[in-house]
Amino acid sequence: MLGLSAKDTRLFLIVIAMVAFAPFLMNPFPTDSAMAQFNAGYPDLMQRFVIFGIFAIGFNILFGLTGYLSFGHAAFLGVGSYAAMWVFKLLGMNVLPALALSIVLSGLFAVVIGYVSLRRSGIYFSILTLAFAMMSYALAYSVLAADMDGPDQQGMLQKGLTGGETGLQLTLSDPRVLGQSTTAEGNIPVPNLFGIEMRDATELVLGNWAFTFSAGYYIAGVIMLIAFYISIRIFRSPFGLMLQAIKTNQTRLNYTGLNSRPYTLAAFVISGMYAGLAGGLMVAMDPLAGPERMFWTASGEVVLMTILGGVGTLIGPVLGAGAIKYMENILSKINKDTLYEWFSFMPDGLEGLLVTMVYPFVGKGWHLTLGIIFMLVVIFLPGGLVEGGQRIRGLFGRKKKTETDTPDGAKSPAE
Amino acid sequence: MGILEIKNVGKRFGGLQALSEVNLSVAENTVHAIIGPNGAGKSTLLNCLVGKLIPDTGSVTFQGQSLLGRKPHEINQLGVSRVFQTPEIFADLTVMENVMIPCFAHRDGAFKMNAIGSVATQGDIKTQAEAILEDVNMLDKRHMHASSMSRGDKRRLEMAMCLVQEPKLLLLDEPTAGMARADTNNTIDLLKEIKEKRDITMAIIEHDMHVVFSMAERITVLAQGTPLVEDTPDNIKGHPKVREAYLGEAQV
Ligand SMILES: Nc1ncnc2c1ncn2[C@@H]1O[C@H](COP(=O)(O)OP(=O)(O)O)[C@@H](O)[C@H]1O
Ligand SMILES: [Mg+2]
Repeated sequence: MLGLSAKDTRLFLIVIAMVAFAPFLMNPFPTDSAMAQFNAGYPDLMQRFVIFGIFAIGFNILFGLTGYLSFGHAAFLGVGSYAAMWVFKLLGMNVLPALALSIVLSGLFAVVIGYVSLRRSGIYFSILTLAFAMMSYALAYSVLAADMDGPDQQGMLQKGLTGGETGLQLTLSDPRVLGQSTTAEGNIPVPNLFGIEMRDATELVLGNWAFTFSAGYYIAGVIMLIAFYISIRIFRSPFGLMLQAIKTNQTRLNYTGLNSRPYTLAAFVISGMYAGLAGGLMVAMDPLAGPERMFWTASGEVVLMTILGGVGTLIGPVLGAGAIKYMENILSKINKDTLYEWFSFMPDGLEGLLVTMVYPFVGKGWHLTLGIIFMLVVIFLPGGLVEGGQRIRGLFGRKKKTETDTPDGAKSPAE
Repeated sequence: MGILEIKNVGKRFGGLQALSEVNLSVAENTVHAIIGPNGAGKSTLLNCLVGKLIPDTGSVTFQGQSLLGRKPHEINQLGVSRVFQTPEIFADLTVMENVMIPCFAHRDGAFKMNAIGSVATQGDIKTQAEAILEDVNMLDKRHMHASSMSRGDKRRLEMAMCLVQEPKLLLLDEPTAGMARADTNNTIDLLKEIKEKRDITMAIIEHDMHVVFSMAERITVLAQGTPLVEDTPDNIKGHPKVREAYLGEAQV
């Protein structure tokens, strides 16, 4: 289907189904049960799953295929966000032009940063990208936020290009030449796709279960599916093969008459554009862009997502992004009271002990859990969650011929 | 004028003069062997030809064009391929993919952005890759991971990767090192066959005198970074200086 092999088609269909039915799949527990807080099927979080999925898919095109580990990809996320915000402020609230500018502008940034950083490889490349991202952060935080004089009648530019520490926000006085500055009710208009507002949602109540279908989630989901499809095509293309060749032996590639630089630059720019798209989608869902989006921890997060899910695999980055965002949003919400509730069936002393033992790993301590899981995965499952999945499948005896034995000769990176 | 002209090449590593005043002319469509004891500078000389090292002095021209200052991929695109002393292959990829990559380089040049077409549908590339794997008797191994092969197989794979580009000049750095006798003989046969089939010049560095004397048309003896003698195999065999510098220590 769509030029994909049978195996890739199957994977793609599974991902389509997952995205389509996520509001059900993520809400397995009845709303009034004690487990309801493990439900992740609310629009805000599901949007984050797919948006960070896009970010990680793009990152994996660079890191997974070429082996170049960028520590500065959050810069592109930020550029995408600011670009989309300016479209919302100046042009109108339709998300399509906003996302288009996010992609184009982050792509241009990536050309510049990539051109310089790719002159080095290994750790030096990583440090260069990190330096660029921190420079971008500093620019957004203060330099570009400086007061601007001039024809700034409506106060639109009073906080500069980026709005500094508080971030860039929409105001009632933004021109929005193709839309309206203010709605009839006197509010700031909300991001929409030809009238469908991102925050539109329908609720379906089935007995004790409640499922929310949000327009924003489905729009972001469809965009993620397109992004995922393009990434499959890249993985299976001659271009993708060259990127893999760069990862395994750049010397041989050069002595084979191929110039690795334009290949790595192209991969860098593509992954930068994915990050920009993710950044644009973030403000489409919640129109506010702050400099912390470019901070190095944000760059580190996408590295964790990719490694946790499975570097160089197709679906891994999406799983990794989902796993980390799930922990960030669900684990962090568990507090002491919840724990006492869970362990209330225990004798008092034991209950207190258990709560004391578990508490450091939930709530604000969710990073600790993430760290432990990350270490366990790296040590025992170097192929990430995808390798875990493959091993489980192996246990159930569904051992077909080895994956590499495909008749078309193309070795398939695992699903 | 040979296809490859090396004039007055010198290369120094710190206090070590690895090459000095190397003059060498490789005639078109011949097999030219370069022999010499370990550390004589043979690999260093090849490095100076393919853009890995820049010689301190002298000039290197291939078909009248200077190779100095060109990047490795540019030199390869001119028609110079090299088999390394330790096999340089794409270890994480399959044998088939290893061979397909030079096919792409040969067809599309140094860079082509084809991110949408699928590798699996590149019929001509597949045919070409399978043909060369057939030639080197590795077709049955095409789905294997390159890293899981024996050293001899890796070498033959690397040779196939070079040959598929139909280079005008093939540089071989000890192509049979680490091979069993039978594999060595296969390699000799393969190289001879290639030589008969198409116009190709080979410069071959080799320790195994059996290989050298069954293939080479000219032999240059390198010792301590300088060519000692250059002559036909028959004359080299009996040359007293050569026996002293080299053949004496390798049991002929
Ligand atoms: N990159 C390098 N840096 C320093 N010394 C080198 C380098 N490459 C080779 N040499 C030295 O130059 C000499 C010639 O090496 P080489 O050309 O590999 O010899 P051969 O291939 O004839 O055995 C050796 O003494 C080696 O140690
Ligand atoms: Mg050597």
